[in-house]
Amino acid sequence: MKQYLILFLSLLLFSCSSDNDELTKEVTVKFNFTQNWDGTVIEKSDLSNTEYTNKLGTKLTIEKLRYLISKITLTNGAGVETIFEGYKLVDITESENLTFSPTEKISEGAYNLSMTFGFNNADNFKAGGYADLNSASWDVPDTLGGGYHYMQLEGKFLNKNIQQQGFAYHTIGAYNSTTKEVEDTSFTVDLGTISIKNNATIEVKMNVAEWFKNPNEWDLDVLNSMLMPNYDAQKLMSANGKSGVFSLGNISQ
Amino acid sequence: MIKKSIYTLLLLLLMSCSSKEEDVYTPKPASLKIPELFQQKLIAPVIPTNNPLTEEGIALGKKLFFDKILSKDNTQSCATCHNPKKAFTDENRFSDGVNGTFGTRNSMPIFNLAWNFDERFAWDGKELSLERQALEPVRNPIEMHSKWTNVTERLQNHSEYPTLFQQAFGVSKIDSTLVTKALAQFERTLISGNSKFDQFLLGKAQLTPEEQNGFDVFMDETRGDCFHCHGSNNNPLWTDNKFHNNGLDAVFSDLGLGKVTGDPNDNGKFRSPSLRNLKFTAPYMHDGRFATLDEVINHYSTGLKSSPTIDPLMKKVNQGGVNLSDKDKADLKAFLLSLSDNDFVANPNFQE
Repeated sequence: MKQYLILFLSLLLFSCSSDNDELTKEVTVKFNFTQNWDGTVIEKSDLSNTEYTNKLGTKLTIEKLRYLISKITLTNGAGVETIFEGYKLVDITESENLTFSPTEKISEGAYNLSMTFGFNNADNFKAGGYADLNSASWDVPDTLGGGYHYMQLEGKFLNKNIQQQGFAYHTIGAYNSTTKEVEDTSFTVDLGTISIKNNATIEVKMNVAEWFKNPNEWDLDVLNSMLMPNYDAQKLMSANGKSGVFSLGNISQ
Repeated sequence: MIKKSIYTLLLLLLMSCSSKEEDVYTPKPASLKIPELFQQKLIAPVIPTNNPLTEEGIALGKKLFFDKILSKDNTQSCATCHNPKKAFTDENRFSDGVNGTFGTRNSMPIFNLAWNFDERFAWDGKELSLERQALEPVRNPIEMHSKWTNVTERLQNHSEYPTLFQQAFGVSKIDSTLVTKALAQFERTLISGNSKFDQFLLGKAQLTPEEQNGFDVFMDETRGDCFHCHGSNNNPLWTDNKFHNNGLDAVFSDLGLGKVTGDPNDNGKFRSPSLRNLKFTAPYMHDGRFATLDEVINHYSTGLKSSPTIDPLMKKVNQGGVNLSDKDKADLKAFLLSLSDNDFVANPNFQE
């Protein structure tokens, strides 16, 4: 009888111990980057094929979309930040380049999720640069301060003369040709609060239409290319990027 | 007596093992000589795990590259159209095959191919690895026009090749897979990274004012804007290895990538060639239509033709092109020529 009692108590203890483990469960998170035009998903097959209309009524198609996301950060209730190592060059043409899978684990719980669009100046001008980004022809000319692109959105639009015309909406740090300095036009995106209970895949959505919408209604007839050296255009693009381009999507866990 | 017999048996066994060891030839691993600038700026080159570089494999690949045995009538080798003195292309617009038939594409130069990270080779990207690419010219009726069964039979009956294949791959039965593996190994060693501009970037040479202005034109989005497709000081491959329609034609006689993918949006797109070694690689473009660099620069300056798939980066197509001044054109040419690597074309390791 005594033996049964000891066995029962042991099982109870083990069971308690197991509960404690679950309270401190460590999980992995994966980020899946998706793109849409005001809610309509943009996929590789839409490139050059699907026509979109921007806020000013200009019809356009997209041929290339690459953008850089860095400093993906989870901040817990106590204000402790987990900044995931690395960065992601998202490329809509390559399915393997739509997902960022950090190796770091986090404890389950509630977090605020944020990230940086592009590189902040400290990362952008890191000594030695980034071999993978150089190899992807992602760099910015030294005459514009150097560093790296934040985004390359390219395609064609129907201009005011009803002619097909190319556009290259490239965002970089805004280069001031007078001061010869690069103004940091990367920005932090606050994606809101998430609750992580298990290994999770978090969707981060980009609404491409927003780049042309708010607060600056983008006129492709005026600003369509050669935007990299255009300080004012870089500031305008950055402002539009901050206003509703990115949002949190589905979380599967 | 029994003890003696056991010793003898063991001795024989040992001798037999030793004899077997001598028969097995292990190829010596080799590595690429990566230029300093590439090490600083670029990710590692692509070496397939199923075809590691070995000294014997590279040597065999080199021998095969220069051997006319690969062609139907023993008149052409790879080097016939890929001459080391011409940065592994030739001076012709189109090259003729063993039957005297001309192709429709300009022979591509061969260097720095291990840094083609997407591994889409040829002007139209139809070849998905260097090994697979090497299969094609041998059996192409307007090139070497051989049959692989004939080629491998000839190699098998050759006085040297069976031993060389044994040493490189550990098997003496020669097949097309091993031939192309050896060729690919040699091709990966063809590295060009010692131009005047490389030396400049390493702080070992000075540019002339014209070359410096030419580089600025190249990197300036409002003038040449060449860097988006053709590399930069940070991407010393001087190509993005991607496919673009650069405004050569309004109507396509050659669909390029479009014929490979079947997607009309890819019509008229061809792989950006590296701008290294232009001094040696005329004529230019996928069909060799431009005999000189001046013609190439004039094309981008005022000769662009619009078509539905033209690259958005050909931004001034409606004005004919980027309309460079005469000085900027001349300086751009001076800069482009500074990307040529005399050591590469004279490298004794790459000659027959």
